[in-house]
Amino acid sequence: MNARGNPAATLDDASAEWIRALTGTGAVREAGLARLHGLLVRVAVRELRRREAGAWVSGPELDDLAHQAADDAMMAILGKLGSFRGESRFTTWAYRFVVLEVSGKLGRHYWRQHPAKHLAAEDWDRLPDRLGARPGADAEHAELVRAVRQAVDETLTEHQRRLFVAVVLNEVPLDALVARLGTNRNAVYKAIFDARRKIRGFLVANGYLADRRLRPS
Amino acid sequence: MNGWAALERFLRTDPADVGCEQATEILHVYVDLVAADPDAARRYPGVTAHLAACGPCCEDFRGLLAAVTEDR
Repeated sequence: MNARGNPAATLDDASAEWIRALTGTGAVREAGLARLHGLLVRVAVRELRRREAGAWVSGPELDDLAHQAADDAMMAILGKLGSFRGESRFTTWAYRFVVLEVSGKLGRHYWRQHPAKHLAAEDWDRLPDRLGARPGADAEHAELVRAVRQAVDETLTEHQRRLFVAVVLNEVPLDALVARLGTNRNAVYKAIFDARRKIRGFLVANGYLADRRLRPS
Repeated sequence: MNGWAALERFLRTDPADVGCEQATEILHVYVDLVAADPDAARRYPGVTAHLAACGPCCEDFRGLLAAVTEDR
């Protein structure tokens, strides 16, 4: 049974108190709502500062973003209160909403900071650097780039190629891509996960990489 | 790291990886367990595999863990 149906049955005392307040009436509910909103704002501010975003969102803009995240999280929490089953503390469950809101808002905010960023530009020479390969070794890097380009050309769908190029070559943050394409994080992650598997399969089949499954243990 | 080793590392995928949707769905449960006992992550190997591979979900995990830890 969910928390709304039987709030005190399976919840820790603090979580049960939250549910009683938020499903109550009058002053008790108002106080609960105000307290929760205050906590959500505090978490959002700290989260924005904790992330690298703190370097390009600050002052009133950061406060504004934090309040927007807290407001939207609050709406989501109240809408889904009935699905809270006490599997975690209530505050942990609630904070998850505001942390996810911060991620989504930073994804959208990215395009205000990088309006000219192109998703489709294909500067393949950046690939070794993007992979964290050591500088130099030009001949090795040229062969690597040729092999990966061939793998991309021959194995990826147009959709997979678009996402791979945007995230890997052009360093577009995944949540920013999600915001631009109007999709969800899982869909983008899955497409790139599948692209990595396909590229690796091509490189193994063509002798560029070893197949770990064939190595003696 | 040479280029091929870096590429190999980047392309490696873990079949246990549950993806963003499932990891996000139980992130609050996972974080409460880890906050109480870091070894408890072993109970959710698919989530652990995902957080090791997905930067944005790992950021969410770190943020939620930080919020919970500051509360206690």
